[in-house]
Amino acid sequence: MAVIPATWDLYELLQAVVQAPTYHIVFEILLILWIIKLIFFSKSYALEKTVLTTKEKDELIEEWQPEPLVPDIPDTHPVLQALERNIITGRPDKYLNVNGRSCLNMATMNFLGMAGDQTIETEAIKCLRKYGVGSCGPRGFYGTMDVHLVLEDNLAKFMNCEEAILYSYGFATIASAIPAYSKRGDIIFCDEGVCFSIQKGLVASRSFIKFFKHNDMEHLERLLIEQQKEDKKNPKKAKVTRRFLVAEGLYIKHGDICPLPKLVELKWKYKVRIFLEESFSFGVLGKCGRGVTEHFDIPVDEIDLIAASLENSVGSTGGFCCGKKYVIDHQRLSGLGYCFSASLPPMLASAATQALTIMEANSAVLFTSLRENAEKIHDGLLQVEGMKLMGVPISPLKHLQLGEPGGDRDMDTRTLQKIVDEVQTLGVAMTLARYLEKEEHCLPQPSIRIAVSCKLTDTEIKNVIECTKKACQTVLNENSS
Amino acid sequence: MCHTPDSQSMREPKVEMTSPDPQADWEDDFSETFEEIPLHVAIWTYLGHALLILFGQIREFLRTVRVEKLKGTVEPAIKGFVPLYQDWSGFAKRNFYRRIQDCWNQPISSVAGPEIDLMERKSDDYNWNLKFTGKTKRVLNFGSYNYLGFAENSGPCVESVAKCSAKYGVGVCASLQEMGYLDLHKELDSVIAEYLGVEAAITLPMGFATNSMNMPSLVEKGCLILSDELNHCSLILGARLSGACIQTFKHNNMKDLEEKLRESIVTGQPKTHKPWRKVLIVVEGVYSMEGSVICLPEVLRLKKKYKAYVYLDEAHSIGAMGPRGKGVVDYFGLDPRDVDVMMGTFTKSFGSCGGYIGGTKELINHLRLHSHASIYSCTMSPPVIQQIISSCRIIMGHDGTDMGKRRISQLKWNLRYFRRRLHEMGLIVYGNKDSPVVPVILCMLSKIGAFGRECLKRGLGTVVVSYPATPILLSRARFCISAMHSKEMLDKAIDIIDEVADLVNIKYSKRKISKYMYTEDDIKLIGFHIDPIRWTGN
Repeated sequence: MAVIPATWDLYELLQAVVQAPTYHIVFEILLILWIIKLIFFSKSYALEKTVLTTKEKDELIEEWQPEPLVPDIPDTHPVLQALERNIITGRPDKYLNVNGRSCLNMATMNFLGMAGDQTIETEAIKCLRKYGVGSCGPRGFYGTMDVHLVLEDNLAKFMNCEEAILYSYGFATIASAIPAYSKRGDIIFCDEGVCFSIQKGLVASRSFIKFFKHNDMEHLERLLIEQQKEDKKNPKKAKVTRRFLVAEGLYIKHGDICPLPKLVELKWKYKVRIFLEESFSFGVLGKCGRGVTEHFDIPVDEIDLIAASLENSVGSTGGFCCGKKYVIDHQRLSGLGYCFSASLPPMLASAATQALTIMEANSAVLFTSLRENAEKIHDGLLQVEGMKLMGVPISPLKHLQLGEPGGDRDMDTRTLQKIVDEVQTLGVAMTLARYLEKEEHCLPQPSIRIAVSCKLTDTEIKNVIECTKKACQTVLNENSS
Repeated sequence: MCHTPDSQSMREPKVEMTSPDPQADWEDDFSETFEEIPLHVAIWTYLGHALLILFGQIREFLRTVRVEKLKGTVEPAIKGFVPLYQDWSGFAKRNFYRRIQDCWNQPISSVAGPEIDLMERKSDDYNWNLKFTGKTKRVLNFGSYNYLGFAENSGPCVESVAKCSAKYGVGVCASLQEMGYLDLHKELDSVIAEYLGVEAAITLPMGFATNSMNMPSLVEKGCLILSDELNHCSLILGARLSGACIQTFKHNNMKDLEEKLRESIVTGQPKTHKPWRKVLIVVEGVYSMEGSVICLPEVLRLKKKYKAYVYLDEAHSIGAMGPRGKGVVDYFGLDPRDVDVMMGTFTKSFGSCGGYIGGTKELINHLRLHSHASIYSCTMSPPVIQQIISSCRIIMGHDGTDMGKRRISQLKWNLRYFRRRLHEMGLIVYGNKDSPVVPVILCMLSKIGAFGRECLKRGLGTVVVSYPATPILLSRARFCISAMHSKEMLDKAIDIIDEVADLVNIKYSKRKISKYMYTEDDIKLIGFHIDPIRWTGN
C-alpha cells in the first residue's frame, strides 16, 4: 500500500466550516469585525522611538571597536609545532616516513592497507588517462561519469541494498543526509558519543535532539517512553512528527560497537527510523566487511539508512549512503553536499571500486587478520603499566588513556604528547586523538588513538607493544620524579 | 546595481589604509546587464506555472483514488511509522521536475573537456524511469566548469599527476592534525599562498565544506554576518552553523549594504543592544546564477570605513578573471591583503577538486587549529594536490611556457565574442561583460525543457536551471565558457542556439547592444590571436 502526501487539508477545512453551528459562525464574524476595527480604526499608542542624528550615528560607529578576526596564535603553539614535526614524506603506507625517520604506522585509518595497494594505483592512473582529475561540475550538470554510476552500483550490491548514493567528501555524507530527512519539528534520538560530523548534521537539521548516554539502552528506552507519553497527549502533532535514531556502528571516540540488535528492537517497538553511521565499521566489522549489520547478522533492510565514509578502510576520498530506493532517491534532490558540490574525481571513484573488488576477493584473509591483529594489540596494550585501554578487543581503533589522569586536561594532553613523541623515536608512529574541545557535545578524556592494520605481522605487533611499554614507562617515571 | 562612492568618505578615511586607494575609475569599465523581461512573458510564465499546478493537483487526486497508477519510487506505508515525505517537495518532484528530468544528471563517459560523450538515455513511461540505450553521443560541452581548460586527460599536468600517484598512492586516511600532513600538502599551501599573493593558505578536499566547516571557526554567537542575498548554499550553511546573527543585503547593492552596516553597528545586537563582537561581510567574486561580479572596490571601502571583515568566495572567479587569472582582486587591481578571508575552489579553473582559504599567517594558524576539517576529516588526496600544483605553475608561468597567459587570453576572447553574439541575437543575457558564466533567460518552465532537449538534439550540451535555484519568473540556461573552446566550436554553438531560440521563441531582448558590449576592435584576441590553443583530447 502506498502513501500519498495529504494535499487536501483544504477540503477538510471547508467541511468543518459547513458543519459548524450557527452561533459559532456568528461569534466568529463578530470577532473578525472587531479585529478589523482594532487594526484600522483605532489610535495607535506606540512609544516614541528615539531617533539618532547622523552625527550621533557617526560617533557611535567611530567608537565601536570589533574584536580581531582571529585570536593571536603564536607559531610555538604545541599543536602547530607537532604539525611541523610530523610532516610525512612519501607514501603513507604500512610505514610512515615521518621527519626523515621510517616508523610503523599505527596512526592512520589504513585498516586494510588499501592506501599502499599497487593495483588500486594502476586503476586510478588508468582512469586518470581517460577522465583527467576533476569532474568539473556537480552531479546534475555533467559531473556524473560512468565510474560514479559503477561505484554506486557496486556499493549497493556489496551492501545488499537497493540503491547507493555517492558523496565527494566523507564528512559531508552524514552531515547532508540527516538534514535531508529530518526538519524543524522532528525528533532525533542520538547517542552522546557520536562523531562530530553527525553533530553538525543534527545542528543543520534544526530538529529536537534528545541525547542518550553512550550505549545506554535503558536511558534510550526511558526517553522513548517519555516521547510516547507526549505523543498520546497530542496525537495530531505526533502524526506529523518524524522520529529518528542516530548511532554509529563503531564509535571513533570510544572504540566500541553499538548494540544494534537492541536498537532494532526499539525501532519496531517505538516506531523510530534508524540512521547508522558506519565510517569506521564499513570495511572493518563483519565476515566480509559489510559493517555492523553483518557483524550482528541483522538483515540490512532493518536499517533505514546506512552512511559511511570511503576515506578509512577503502583508502579513497568521499562517502556513500545506502538503503532502500525510496529513502536514497530523496537525497538526489535534497542532499546539500550532493546537489551543490562537485562530484568525486573519477580516478578516486575508480580507486574505491578497485578497493571494493579487493575486499570481496580477499575477504577471508583481510578481515580475519584485522580482527586477530586488533585482539593481539589489545591484549598487549592491556599490560602497559600506568595506562588504561578503551575499546573492544576486535575494534581496530583503540584509545590509550592515562591510568591516573591528573585532572588538568592540558597537563594530561602534554604528557600523552610526550609519550607519542617518545614512541616515535623508537620507530612507531602514533597520534593523539584530537578534538575541538569547545564544540564537542561530549568530550572524551585525552587519549592516544591507535589504529591497527591487517597487514601487521606478529613481530611488528610485539615491537609496537614493547615500544609503547617503554615509552610510557620513560615518560610516566619522568613525570612522577 | 553599484553606486558611486560617497565623495566625502573618499577624502577622509577613518582607518589607516594598507593599500593605495582602489582605482576611482573602476566603475567606467564595470558593466552589468539585467534586462527586465517583457510583461506578456511574465504573465505567460505565471499562467504556465498555474496550469502545471492545476494539472498536478488533478493527477495527484487521480493517484489517490487509484484511477491512475502510481509510478516511480513510492514510499511504502509502514504501520505506526510517520511517513518520511509529507511536504510539497514531493508534489513538485512528481509533477514538475519529473516531466523534464532528462535535462539533468546526464552521465558522460569521457573527460569533461570542451566536447563530451553523453550516455544517451530514453524513457518508456514519460520520464518516471530512464534507461540507458547503450549509445553515446558527442556533444559540445557548455555546462562543465572548465574555464581555463585544465580538464584534460593528457599533457604535462596529467603526467605529473600520474608520477605523483605512483610515488604517494591515492589515499591518506588521516586528518591534518593526526598524521595526515604530507610534504605535498605543505608545498600546495605555499604555492596557493604565492598564487593569491597572501601570507599563508590552508586547503580542504571539498569546496562546499571549506565554507561550511571554516566559517564557524571565524564567527560565533554575538557576531553579525552580512550576506549577499544570492550567496551559495554552502555560505548560508556555514553562516547558520556558526550561530552568528545573519542579515542579508540586496544583491550587489552597496547602498543597501552600507545602510545595513550603519544600522547594525549603531543599534547593536537584537534585544540586548550590546555592541557586535565582529561584523563579517560575506560575498562571492562571481555569482554563477546571475553572472554578476561583486563591486569589490566598494565592499573594501565600506569594510575599511566600518571596521568590518570581508569573506570573499572566489569559487567561480579564481583563474577565470583578472589579467593574471588571480580572481576579482586581480580584475580590479586591488591588494589581496585587504581581503581578510580569501576563499575559493579548485574545481572550476584548475581541473581538480577541493577548496582553499588564504589570508594572514594568524588566520591560517587559527584555522589549522580550529577548523572542523583539520581534525575530523581526511586531507586531500595526492593526485588531486599535484593537479592543482601543476596547473597553478602553468597559470603563473613558472613552467617556463606562456601556456598560462594564452589560456587566460583565450578565455577572455571567447567569452567576449560569445556574449556579443548572443546579445546580437536578441536574447536576454544576464551578468557582467567579463564574467565567464553566461546566463540566458528563458522564463517558462516548458521552455527550459524544450531548450535543453533541442540543443542536445543538435549537438550542444547546456545547463538549464529554474526555481528554486533562480526566482520563479527567471528560469535560465547557463553557458560556461572554456579557454579550450575554439572559434569553430563557439560558432557552432551560437548557430545551434540561434536555431533553437527561434524555435522556442526566447528572443525577448529589446535593447541595442552597443551601449554594453565590446566593439569589434575589442574582440580581437588579446596578444595571442596568431596561434589559439587547440584541444586534442579524446
